[in-house]
Amino acid sequence: MALGVPKDIMLTRLDYLANWVRANSLWPMPFATACCGIELMATGASRHDVARFGAEVMRFSPRQCDLMIVAGRVVMKMMPVLQRIWLQMPEPKWCISMGACASSGGVFDTYAVVQGVDRFIPVDAYVPGCPPRPEQLIQSIIDLQEKIRQTGTLTGREFERRTASEAPVNLVPKLNPDNVVVAPGDFTTATKTQP
Amino acid sequence: MLDSETAMTANYLELLKARLGPDGFATSRFRDNERVVVPQEKLGETLRLLKEDGGFDMLIDITAADYLDYPDARDRFGVIYALLNTTTGQRLYVKTHVNEPELNLSSAVPLWRGADWMEREVFDMYGIVFEGHPDLRRILMPEEFTAYPLRKDYPLRGRGERHNFPTITRAEG
Repeated sequence: MALGVPKDIMLTRLDYLANWVRANSLWPMPFATACCGIELMATGASRHDVARFGAEVMRFSPRQCDLMIVAGRVVMKMMPVLQRIWLQMPEPKWCISMGACASSGGVFDTYAVVQGVDRFIPVDAYVPGCPPRPEQLIQSIIDLQEKIRQTGTLTGREFERRTASEAPVNLVPKLNPDNVVVAPGDFTTATKTQP
Repeated sequence: MLDSETAMTANYLELLKARLGPDGFATSRFRDNERVVVPQEKLGETLRLLKEDGGFDMLIDITAADYLDYPDARDRFGVIYALLNTTTGQRLYVKTHVNEPELNLSSAVPLWRGADWMEREVFDMYGIVFEGHPDLRRILMPEEFTAYPLRKDYPLRGRGERHNFPTITRAEG
């Protein structure tokens, strides 16, 4: 342009406005499968009020939400449902993995429980705890708001660049094969009794 | 109290002796936990006899046990029926043993409707088929699951079925 103003100053102001609007009105989609769901309900109740932070309405329709809170362990039977709900949410959307079971499988390292939903869904914030206290969940929402304010864009450009899967990588191939300790009882032999 | 208990105990034992013969079944007992072990082909009539003439009108649970690594086992699976007499409060456990390849038992659904989901669970977890069941399919695991998880030769963490899903990355949305 004719003036010496940088071309994208308009865009950054729009980004700032969009981020401010989106961060302060995150409508959660409560994907509560287990005990963390109770703490999620407690967070939405009056004592620890998540409506103070803009998460006013917990819509149960994914089409009307922008934040999915996966609260509780997700079994392999539920995983396709979770993916479908995630795909039904319109962009821009974020995901909080609440509790130990959603983040990593928790104590349930069994044939039926998915060891962390971040293997199959992109997750933005993890909340540890079993279950996490409502204050921890609120802190994660505050952190997510901060993330949106700092990295968000009006048109959602920041999502297009993240094409790599964010699932945990198996550590074993990175170790020198000589350093790998073969502990007794890996998953194929763990259920056999000792002779 | 004890007299009436032994009288009740004798009641169903007499019925079973009359129907199956004195050597047709085994009993064992520990305190108030009474068990009857019957052969696989006699299970249906034993349950019917106990329900109709023995007064055991409620089925509490059907479960199974895998004796694969058990030290002195002769049969691989045991299927256990827990019965309750609601008028007297007496409980009884009826047990059969099944082995591969004939993992078939007659279904208890004609006697107790509650056996429906219980037998589906035993089928899902152990692979024991109940003939005469109206809708025998998996109940806890997804329909496409191929293994029987509670068998002793199935590992605790599974064989990779739990992570066999496509990954959705951020860009796909």
